[in-house]
Amino acid sequence: MAERVAEAAPARDRPVWAPPPRRNRAVEGLRGYGLIAAMWIRSTMTYRTSFFLSTFGNAAITLLDFVAVYIMFSHVDELGGFTLPEIALLYGSSSASLGLADLLLGNTDRIGARVRDGSLDTMLVRPVPVLAQVAADRFALRRLGRIAQGLGVLGWAVSELDQLHWTAGKVLMVPVMITAGAAIFGAVMVAGAAFQFVAGDAAEVQNSFTYGGCTMLMYPPTVFAKDLLRGVTFVVPLAFVNWLPALHVLGRPDPLGLPGWVAYLSPLVALVVFVPASLAWRAGVRSYRSTGS
Amino acid sequence: MSEGAARRAGLYGAVAAGGFRRYATYGTATAAGVFTNTVFGFILSYTYIALWDERPGLGGYDQSQALTFMWVSQGLLAAGALIGGGFQEEFQERVRTGDIAVDLYRPADLQLWWLAGDLGRAGFQLLGRGVVPLAFGALVFDLALPADPLRWLLFLVSVLLGLVVSFALRYLLGLAAFWLMEGTGINMMATVVSIFFSGMLLPLTVFPGGFGEFVRVLPWAAMLQVPADVLLGAGAGSGARAGSGAGAAAAGVVRALGFQAGWALVLLGLGRLVQSAATRKVVVQGG
Repeated sequence: MAERVAEAAPARDRPVWAPPPRRNRAVEGLRGYGLIAAMWIRSTMTYRTSFFLSTFGNAAITLLDFVAVYIMFSHVDELGGFTLPEIALLYGSSSASLGLADLLLGNTDRIGARVRDGSLDTMLVRPVPVLAQVAADRFALRRLGRIAQGLGVLGWAVSELDQLHWTAGKVLMVPVMITAGAAIFGAVMVAGAAFQFVAGDAAEVQNSFTYGGCTMLMYPPTVFAKDLLRGVTFVVPLAFVNWLPALHVLGRPDPLGLPGWVAYLSPLVALVVFVPASLAWRAGVRSYRSTGS
Repeated sequence: MSEGAARRAGLYGAVAAGGFRRYATYGTATAAGVFTNTVFGFILSYTYIALWDERPGLGGYDQSQALTFMWVSQGLLAAGALIGGGFQEEFQERVRTGDIAVDLYRPADLQLWWLAGDLGRAGFQLLGRGVVPLAFGALVFDLALPADPLRWLLFLVSVLLGLVVSFALRYLLGLAAFWLMEGTGINMMATVVSIFFSGMLLPLTVFPGGFGEFVRVLPWAAMLQVPADVLLGAGAGSGARAGSGAGAAAAGVVRALGFQAGWALVLLGLGRLVQSAATRKVVVQGG
């Protein structure tokens, strides 16, 4: 694999076309994203029954994860020292974060297919940033199902955890945690998409970090080995999606013994992880060589 | 075997080999899938350890049997197309575009043709995405894998029957496209059901009370719960449980395989009924 990449990288001319006069690139990207997404929503609505079934299915698939946890708790009172409502807080927040990232950026995992069938070429000549096009491609509104379900479980958790001392800071931390968590998952998706320029069919690797990460984050960190915790704190910082802020909300110590203020770092971490992700994405697009098909 | 039967067997063998080869070409995708199954196996192992620490013997398994169950399920889920994938999406696409008409005038049975192709696919994924994660799990965790080759053989028979049951159900999904035209929604619902009722999230023996008994007689139990229990042997779970002793164990295995074969026949038969209704519909639409 590495050899093939080494061959593909050098000796390539940039495509010869003059870019249209630039407005703000971010604005262009968002506008293009909106147009493409709206087109896909209209297209999905052609098969309305299928849309409602798949939205419901999207919520149900993830809800069953929680039903499995619920069944576990029909046999035990605590798992890793955490009660069911506490786990529901973890579950709801990671599910909502992943759902949000999946709705906005989830389709970037189709980039490998686009590289293979050559349809990425068409995207490169359009005056909309490629990332916006790839992300909005086949925009799947049904993914609202997961978000709704995650928020539902989160709401239940918050109502069950009424004995917690809810300060203004803790209340604010919940929406911040979900948004920052979505951004962290989103960065992983963009980095995963960039990886597909190197390894064409490797969409599943991305799934192990996003869906696998989400599964891990719905259980308390005390369940996992310390090395795994270090990995998801310092290497792929998934612990900032919900563990660290949620432990603070729950008033529980962090098993790695990090200082208390790390609970507030999620938004900053979300910003920081986008730097390597977008650099990888740029490198990926630059290294792209059309198959000519 | 008569000459005609031999020719037909050769035909379906070739279709199965084609299904195998087709998936074998996706090397990177397979490696990525192995990685994903292993990561999930790892994460779930820790949760199973926490759960069985708290409740030893839950669902009739000790901790290493529970871990084995989970790693076996990671190894089987791609082959059984339990989380989606498989032929049904392509089948539905062919119905939508009308290409299914080409399949209908082939000198082969429609259902057997797709069964052969899907078994070929499953065979590759059993080797590609089944063996490696299970071996990895066995290296890192304490698994209760049997040393008896006969048990492994029975396990493979049980896996094969499970694959046929899985195919037969997904064939019905494929046929649904004759009426629905678009499969995304119904496929999604089917995946939901299969994830939950196959035992992938949690062994079905852990499901409480009457609900637990109910889920263990549904066809999805034949895809994962039963093969895993056949591998784990008597005393584990319920799919092949029959108290103790060799005779009782044999009876348990026979009952388990019979359960799977029964569902396979019922669902394949149902598929044929629906198929004949569906193909009449093609004629009505003019192709």
